Parts: sequence; C-alpha cells; structure tokens
Amino acid sequence: MVAMAQATEEVSYLEAISQALDEEMARDERVFLMGEDVGTYGGAFKITEGFLQKYGEWRVLDTPLAESGFVGAAIGAAMMGLRPVVEMQFADFISCAFDQITEVAAKNHYRWGAAVPMVIRAPFGGGVHGGPFHSECPEGWFFHSPGLKLVAPSTPYDAKGLLKAAIRDPNPVIYFEHKFLYRRIKSALPKEDFVVPLGKADVKRVGNDISVITYGAMVHLALEAAQALTKEGIDLEVVDLRTLIPLDKETIYSSVRKTSKVILLHEDNKTGGIGAEIAALLAEDCFDCLDGPIVRIAPPDTPVPFSPPLEEFFLPKTSDIVSAARKLAAY
Amino acid sequence: MDVADIAKEIKRDDMLQMHHYLRLTRALEERITALYRQGRIVGGVYTSHGMEAIAVGYASALERDDVIAPYHRDMGAFLIRGFTTGEILAQYLGKRTGPTKGKDGNVHMGDLRRGVFGFVSHLADNLPVAAGAALAFKIRGESRVVFTGTGDGGSSRGDFHEAMNFAAVRKLPVVFFCTNNQYAYSTPLRLQMAISNVVDRAKAYGMPGEIVDGNDVAAVYLAAKRAIAIAREGEGPTFLEFKTMRMHGHSEHDPAKYVPRELLEDWKKKDPILKAERLLRELGYAEESYFQRVAERVKNEVETGVEFAEQSPLPEGPEMLEGVFADGADSY
Ligand SMILES: Cc1ncc(C[n+]2csc(CCOP(=O)(O)OP(=O)(O)O)c2C)c(N)n1
Repeated sequence: MVAMAQATEEVSYLEAISQALDEEMARDERVFLMGEDVGTYGGAFKITEGFLQKYGEWRVLDTPLAESGFVGAAIGAAMMGLRPVVEMQFADFISCAFDQITEVAAKNHYRWGAAVPMVIRAPFGGGVHGGPFHSECPEGWFFHSPGLKLVAPSTPYDAKGLLKAAIRDPNPVIYFEHKFLYRRIKSALPKEDFVVPLGKADVKRVGNDISVITYGAMVHLALEAAQALTKEGIDLEVVDLRTLIPLDKETIYSSVRKTSKVILLHEDNKTGGIGAEIAALLAEDCFDCLDGPIVRIAPPDTPVPFSPPLEEFFLPKTSDIVSAARKLAAY
Repeated sequence: MDVADIAKEIKRDDMLQMHHYLRLTRALEERITALYRQGRIVGGVYTSHGMEAIAVGYASALERDDVIAPYHRDMGAFLIRGFTTGEILAQYLGKRTGPTKGKDGNVHMGDLRRGVFGFVSHLADNLPVAAGAALAFKIRGESRVVFTGTGDGGSSRGDFHEAMNFAAVRKLPVVFFCTNNQYAYSTPLRLQMAISNVVDRAKAYGMPGEIVDGNDVAAVYLAAKRAIAIAREGEGPTFLEFKTMRMHGHSEHDPAKYVPRELLEDWKKKDPILKAERLLRELGYAEESYFQRVAERVKNEVETGVEFAEQSPLPEGPEMLEGVFADGADSY
C-alpha cells in the first residue's frame, strides 16, 4: 500500500468518494453533478449529502428518471466545456444509457475530434442482497468499447485519487465504485491533494509464488486468502488493477514473470470477462514464463441471485482462492 | 403569411442568402448523388432533396455562437456554418481533408469550433446531447441556444422523449424540431405513431409546439426565430414540426417504390427552391437573370469542391489507430 504523509483520521471508502467530489467541485467550478436523487436526498447512498446546499441546484442536479437522457446531457455539457459527474443510482441501470455511452461518448473523439471529459459513477457489485438488478458488475460491457476509460478502486485512497484523476481526464471515464466496500473499508488519507493516475495497477501485497490479478471488492478476498496461505508457506502476490482501461499490462506481466503462476479473480461473470482477456494476453505474451495453467475464479454465468445462500454460492469466496492456490502451488 | 409581412420581417439580404444556400445544397447533393452513382462514393448517401428549406431556414436564424446538433438531412446547416464544399466532398470520398479525416462518412461530420455536433447514426441520440449543451449555457448564464432535431421515425425513440422532458423541466435554451417527411425509410407515418401530427408529442412535456410548412424557407426561418427568441429569453424549449416530403429514397440506393407516385407529384409542385424563387420575385428582390447567376455560382463552388476533394490524399491505413482517446490532461 501507498505510504501516506500526514495521515488524517480514518475515512471510509464512501467518504473518500464524497471528499473527492467535494474537493474537485471546490477546485474547479466547471465540475457539476447530476443524477437521480443526488440533490436534496444526497443520493441513494448519501455520497452527495449536503452538496446541494453547498453548491446550489445548478451544480447538483436532480434529474428525471431517464439514464440515457441525462448521460446524453452530460455528454453535451462536457463538449461545451463543463465537467459533469453523473451518478448512476445503481450500476445496473447503466444499461439504459448504454447507447449514449458506447455510441456517443466513446466515439466522438475518434470520429470528429470532440473530447468528452465526463465521469459516470456506477455503484456496482454484490454481497448486499440486491438481487439480479442491484448487484451487477457491468464493466465487461464497456471493456469491449474503445474510447472509454474504466476505473474500479478497492481502497479509500484509490477511490479518492482515482476519482480526482477521472474528473481531470479529458475522456469519458466510468468509475465503478463497489457498494460492498462503502462502509466496510476504512483507511487514513493524506490531507493534501493527490491523484492516483489512471492506467496504473498497484501491487497490494508483494509475494513470490502466485500472482492474483484482481480489482474491486475481490482485492480484499485475495488479501484474506494470502493471509490464510502464509501458514502453508504459499506466498501470493496481489495485483490490484485499479484501472481496467487503460490496462496496465506492464505490472501484470512483471508480476507473472516473477511468480510464473497466475489466478485471475473477478466478480463479473466468467465468460467474456476481464479475466478472459488477461488470460489471452498472458498466453500471447508470457507463455514462456508460465509454470502452470492460468486459473480463473469468477461467478458462474447467471444473473446475480437474491436469496442469501444463492448469492453466497454465486460470489467467489476466500476458500475458492485458497484451494485454487494450493493446486497451483503443487503444480 | 403574405408577401408584405415577410418583407417586413426578413431582411432582403437574408432572403437572398437563404436562396443561395438552398441552391448550393441542391447542387452539392445532386453532385454527391452523381458521384455515388458512378461508384466514386462508397457507403450510404442520404440527401435532403426537397427538404432543403428546413436546414437552410433554421441555421440562418441562429447566431454564430449558437450550436447545432443536426438531423441527417441537414446539409444546408453545414454549409451555413462554413463547411466548404471541398471539405464536405472530401468527407464523402473518405479523404484525409474531410472533417473526420476518413474516420466517418457522409453527413456524419461535426466541428466544435463551428458549433456543429457530429451526427450519430443512432437516431435521436443527439437530442439529449443537445439538451446537455443547452444545460451548459444555462449553468454558465450564457444566452446561447441549441437547435436540434430528428425525423418522424426518430421521434419514436426514447432518447427523443427523454431529451424533451429534461429540457422542459429545466427550461433549457434548446429548440427541438421534427422533419415530418411522412416516411421513415419505408415505414409510413401511420405505422410510426397513432397520431397524425408529431407536434402532439410535445404536449406531454408541457412544451409549446408549432406546425410549420417545411418547404417554405421563410416560414421555417420565422418559426425558428420565434422559438430561438423564447429559448434565449430563458423561457425554455419549443418544438417545431416541419411538414415536408422526402423526394428521394431513404438513401440513394433506395428507389422508394413504396411511395405513391401521385404523392410525389403533388409535393414536386411545392419544391422549396421554386417556392423561394417565387417569393423573391413577388418581393421584387430578384428575377430570372439573378437566379441564373446564382445557379452558375453554386455550380462553380461545387466543382471547386470536387477538385479539392479529388486531389486530396486518402488517409494511410495506420491513421485509423489515431484519436481513440483525447490526450493533454484537462486541456479541453
Ligand atoms: C436507432 C436507429 N434505428 C435504426 C436506424 C436505421 N435507420 C436510419 S434512417 C431510418 C429512418 C429514419 O426515418 P426518419 O427519422 O423519419 O427520418 P428520414 O430518414 O425519413 O428523414 C432508419 C430506420 C438508425 N439510424 N437508428
């Protein structure tokens, strides 16, 4: 983890996001927020609580319930020089705005040179019993669409630093914030302004035997598994991608070159997921250095189910990582 | 509206300039159609033949700082915004000198500096984007206006409705229009919607609407002026339904056999250019010899463009790799 000068008291992942928004709005008057219930109510998760009073109704806009409409509006405002940050109430509803994101925001710069500097915050992921429409990990839909940047932080530090970087980036960025982490993960943050640059992975735990490549809430599972495996003398390296696009191939490759074994772990469905792409990249570029099969741990190809035992069965568990690591270590 | 009223409301120079752009649009698109038939333009070609008065009328009513998010048959708007015939033809021919450097074709071009948003195939996608540009103007307190629209077909899309609703709720300075040219590709209006006037859709959003003769450039211009004035005053969006007819097929490869010939014969009599010329004669602003000079002038303008486009280089294959992302952190 990153060394921190002048650490303040601990803040949650959720507070870190809120701080990033507040500081960016104070720093740059072009930054404004829009989304459902982000104003008076402060957002479904209360990330923008108090913002309306502080910044007024033209910088914190409650929108009609129309994702395509307000994402489109953010694109237009971005092209006219503003810096919209759009909140999807839940990442799942981003499907309603899919067309605006992939066809308009992602392609404008390529087609006719118009930059679209905007951020879409998408609270994603399971573990909160949200059922099939409130637990999705939709990053795979966008991973395949050139022109977008995708971010998925796992810690308060990264959440804050990456959101600031996303707001300052001249491209459309989808910022996947994990709902499960909102109030569960805390850490101290530096007082001064900092960004975490887009496109840089972070080795969250240095290890020698097996690389676990992951992002989002799964980073914490991987760290738990690593902890559990120390007793057995299996030393996991945990690589947190942090940014999915641009993908930090260098960090992935150098970790795998060191350990020669790899587990790809994510919460999005297995087929066509980010792990599949990284597996293909490793097969293309790092085949010679692999000492075992590439292992993928991801949920099965079903929607995210509601009932606790079903959801638990669906989500990857620490024990899945532990047993996969044992097998791979013995390989 | 009678001629004396028009003479009062539209300056002579403006009328003559609109006539010039009507002629230029027609000449350019006829040339594009010919190049397409010769196989020199690949891809789809969608023209505004018979509908030129709409883009020419509304784009003439806007100020320089206003923004246009055009519909796919708005060639006149590009010309009025200063896209040269050469650039436009280079775009159609996939040349590096076109506004998209070969990345996109035909009317899918745009330029922020000239206040024209690139057209997106997904019909009505540009309407929320236009509302967003208007939102930016409103947030910054600028008196700029956005003009955007789609066809009768596009008005069935959710994005059309989402944009209208959002703009109405926030009283954004945007004008929406629909070119009701009776067909969406081969689908007639009666299979598109269960109402006969598209303008009725605006009522649901509490937005004022107006039906306008889309073949009458003066009527389009004046209706646009009214709607723009409302938007600039901070009174919010207006919806304009331009009644017209698509005189060519959906694209130039489509013979449009599904359109009854008598209908086309009827609309031919309402040709917007002939209509404008009749008006100019009645106003005493111009006569036959003037029209001939304009025809000559636009022909030259088009031929100069053809020459420029044909002499322009094609892009090299690897140039397709450029421009996916904007760089230069935060410089936009
Ligand atoms: C969302 C979407 N669906 C389908 C198409 C394919 N398409 C292109 S033009 C067109 C008809 C458009 O009709 P209308 O909006 O009335 O405009 P017109 O071409 O008649 O001027 C269709 C179906 C498209 N471009 N976008």
